[in-house]
Amino acid sequence: MAEATANGDIAPDEHRSASGQLLAADGTPLKKSIRRSEARARLRAFLLVAPLLIFVLLSFIAPIADMLFRSVENEIVADTLPRTVEALDAWDPQTGPPPEPVYRAFYDDMLEATELKIHTRLGSRLNYEESGMSSLFRKTNERRLERFDLDQPLQPQFVDLDKDWGEVEPWAVIKTFAPRYTWGYFLQAADMRLTPGGVEMAPEFEQIYLKLFWRTILLSCTITLSCLLLGYPVAWLLSNLPARSANLLMILVLLPFWTSLLVRTSAWKVLLQEQGVINDILVYIGIVSDAGRLVMINNQTGTIIAMTHILLPFMVLPLYSVMKTIPPSYLRAAKSLGATDWTAFWRVYFPQSVPGIGAGAILVFILAIGYYITPELVGGTDGTFISNRIAFHISTSLNWGLAAALGSLLLILVLGLYWLYDRIVGIDNVKLG
Amino acid sequence: MALQPYASTGQRIWYYTFRVLCGLILFFLIFPIIIIIPLSFNALPYFTFTPGMLALEADAYSLEHYRDFFYNDAWQQALWNSLSIAPAATLLSVSLGTLAAIGLSSGKMPFRGVVMAILISPMIVPLIISAAGMYFFYSRIGLQGTWFGVVLAHAALGVPFVIITVTATLVGFDRSLTRAAANMGAGPVRTFFKVQMPLILPGVISGGLFAFITSFDEVVVILFLGSAGEQTLPWRMFTGLREQISPSILAVATLLVSVSVILLVTLEILRRRSERLRGMSPG
Amino acid sequence: MSLKLKMMMAGAGIAGAAVAGAAYAADELPACEGCADSMTVVSWGGAYQNSQQKAYSEPYAEMTGVEFVWDESSNEAVAKLRAMAEAGNITWDLVDVVASDAMRLCDEGLAEEIDFDSALAEAPDGTVATEDFGEMIVSDCFVPQIAYSTTFGYRTDVAEWNGETPDDICDVFDLEAFPGKRALEKRPINNMEWALLCSGVAKEDIYDTLETEEGQAQAFAKLDEIKDSVVWWSAGAETPQLLADGEIVMGSTYNGRLFALIEEQKQPVAMMWDAQVYDLDGWIVPAGLPEDRKARVMHFLKFATDTQRLADQAKYISYGPARQSSAPLVGQHAELGIDMAPHMPTNPENATNTFLYNYEWWADYRDDLDAKFQAWLLR
Repeated sequence: MAEATANGDIAPDEHRSASGQLLAADGTPLKKSIRRSEARARLRAFLLVAPLLIFVLLSFIAPIADMLFRSVENEIVADTLPRTVEALDAWDPQTGPPPEPVYRAFYDDMLEATELKIHTRLGSRLNYEESGMSSLFRKTNERRLERFDLDQPLQPQFVDLDKDWGEVEPWAVIKTFAPRYTWGYFLQAADMRLTPGGVEMAPEFEQIYLKLFWRTILLSCTITLSCLLLGYPVAWLLSNLPARSANLLMILVLLPFWTSLLVRTSAWKVLLQEQGVINDILVYIGIVSDAGRLVMINNQTGTIIAMTHILLPFMVLPLYSVMKTIPPSYLRAAKSLGATDWTAFWRVYFPQSVPGIGAGAILVFILAIGYYITPELVGGTDGTFISNRIAFHISTSLNWGLAAALGSLLLILVLGLYWLYDRIVGIDNVKLG
Repeated sequence: MALQPYASTGQRIWYYTFRVLCGLILFFLIFPIIIIIPLSFNALPYFTFTPGMLALEADAYSLEHYRDFFYNDAWQQALWNSLSIAPAATLLSVSLGTLAAIGLSSGKMPFRGVVMAILISPMIVPLIISAAGMYFFYSRIGLQGTWFGVVLAHAALGVPFVIITVTATLVGFDRSLTRAAANMGAGPVRTFFKVQMPLILPGVISGGLFAFITSFDEVVVILFLGSAGEQTLPWRMFTGLREQISPSILAVATLLVSVSVILLVTLEILRRRSERLRGMSPG
Repeated sequence: MSLKLKMMMAGAGIAGAAVAGAAYAADELPACEGCADSMTVVSWGGAYQNSQQKAYSEPYAEMTGVEFVWDESSNEAVAKLRAMAEAGNITWDLVDVVASDAMRLCDEGLAEEIDFDSALAEAPDGTVATEDFGEMIVSDCFVPQIAYSTTFGYRTDVAEWNGETPDDICDVFDLEAFPGKRALEKRPINNMEWALLCSGVAKEDIYDTLETEEGQAQAFAKLDEIKDSVVWWSAGAETPQLLADGEIVMGSTYNGRLFALIEEQKQPVAMMWDAQVYDLDGWIVPAGLPEDRKARVMHFLKFATDTQRLADQAKYISYGPARQSSAPLVGQHAELGIDMAPHMPTNPENATNTFLYNYEWWADYRDDLDAKFQAWLLR
């Protein structure tokens, strides 16, 4: 709109229109008229999209942004111990325990904090970094602080309260985590840690997140691959059968697609248990003995089988829609030119189905990598994903900063794949059902 | 695909092996869903076939677990919650989503790519991340543990499906129809409801079905965002499954499978109708 | 704690007869001025919540007409309370949690501190609450209800054991004498202590040992011996289910769950009480409740934690009441009609070798050891 009015004010335009330029019915130059209606159409389109855009921004994008923020946010230390943080600024952990003014500042801060009962919360926060901080802060309570003799040096009295206050470590931890924003959670999420001396790798036997990320990726790859192996023949069959029988078989693909995830997961639990249907059948046939029942659940096997089943339709459908467009005459032509069945397939058909493979594989991989429910129910200990750890940190360990950092890393991974998907398939070409 | 009369023995063998292979894969797809149906009628609280069931004895089967579902207050409350949350979320995402899809398909939308990416993102971002973000953010603004908060979250998750299905329908939409309506003097609102809407209705309904099933099946977000008052069917199934498989879960599962069959049939009918309306051949 | 528990339970053994009537008759319950007329109580669901409803909330509702809403969210109570506090919108009035969660809630400022002597009822003989609860009071915010224990159940029909039954905690680690799968909880707490006990560390040195890297390595080395035969559980109902299905031959869980499996469902399972780990369960009041709701909660709390009410709960579930004065009132199971005392974790016969769970220590080392435990599981 604004653009149109601006144009209307420009005199040379009208002048030139008089000198033989095309005019619209109402006498305005056609170019301007078109531009005006274009602008109106653009505004109309935008107004139609705006309510949903605002809705999604508020209900979905804002939470994601909040999570990203939480992964670096660390205001609690500076908010609870403002004077101490300032006093520690000049202190160097190499020189031994901090000087008396730090203890003074700490005393004042803690007196306020204990009155508000927020000192223990800080203890829980710092305990993520150094074991023992929790009880150290809990012990340093109002009752004990009020007994301090302020005319005497405070350091010995703090040491008296707990000898750890006379050590370097607790102060070094406070100093290291004093800034309002920290990379500490991200470092933890990558099995590193922030120490007073800088960033270092966690000891070998404590590394877990890189391994978990790696396992998540590896299992997702395995699941994608098995979906491809099972999905390709089915998609081929569906796209080469006459419409009537293809539609009938399609129901077998679509019914699982439409069935609740939990229904399918519970079905696999029923099937795969040691006392479950599959083991019963195997024992009945005599393939395995009653004592030698196969362990197929609560491990990686369970996760791979159940998730392959759950994600298979997401592989078959894109493959099918691509294969549908490959004319069967190409194969016949190749064969009549002397190609064997295999060459005709491998050199002629397969290359044309690659876009479908790309689309299906990335879709399955993106979905697999963020799975939570199925691994939680059938994954045991070695079939769980990084998502399960995120959930653990949200609801059990309460280390929300670390959960947010792990989530952010996973998000970056998925968005990278999404970008790839958009490049290969185009997000407009996603088809459902 | 049909076997040629002049096919060699090797080709014949391969042809039948391939068919058997495909049959096995399709069996793998459908078998787990079929198997829970007879098991849900087990008279005993086990989830494997009892000898009595295999011998087809009548008293080895019972409707007890269905009775449990229909008479248990907790399950009924969960069913009721599911039936109140899913339609509300669907209504929200369908009404906003349809308007937006029309805007997006007009070809005049500025920054279309970015906007599209944002609107599709709830489908791409892993649920655990959405759940974590919503849990943190909704806690800050007081929506955590409320019915409204859950509806908002589920509506956001359903949006991409509405956008995708409705824009897909609009690709085949003949724009000269709206222009013709405008020519004959219909206002934009009238044009929308009398001309455009009936034609894209199948797309809107199938988008709505997707949005509905997204909310109706959703378990990750509700686990974090809901409180006991918003316990839905999937939530109860999840906690039940994590603790122990009680056969009443299988009864619920069977009921849910019937729901998906109904949805599947509805969708198929809609697809045919839509293709007929748009003058395409009915596949 | 264990000594007092033993004393309490020694009393429970002889208390078949209902000794005293209710502490309050209906008209004696003091009126509640300016109190809300409904409350949301959070608990664990299942048999345990049921016992609370029977013993506490149903009689209370009858007397006062207060409406109770139950929420089965105790498992996620800490996380949800934190989320509610951030939003400034506390929807819960009273929350049932285990002691370690209560300490954490208290640390985070999410639970109200309670003045035990003024807020809780005296024992029938006039003993003040702090003395009646005694060492059960482990946090300023936590009103204990029951003592329970985490212990082992095993199947009694395992052919490979040649008639032997496990009666020592170290039998759990002995795959030669007792082959078969075991279920252990998927967290370091309890497992680390048992592992150290069975690798020769004295009971009183456990936590000092566990504080050192070598001690942790020693515990993991012991757990390594059975790692391949362990099914890890995360919900208390899993072990009973796995035992009943024969998927495992022994497993740890809460003693009340095993009681239900053995006495109510009559499964071929028996208890092994050796090195059982005591823990407490009780109430916390969320911090920052509005006046009228808080008044109602405190009114209910005083009623629900009096001597008679705690004793009543033991009729429905095999957990020991937290008040010493309740012990003599514990009687028979409400439906089965069997004496409850022999099934209590605190029964002298069961409590010959018990283990005390160190809350303070775990509050400090939980984050660190949990990461190490997960890393160990991944190896």
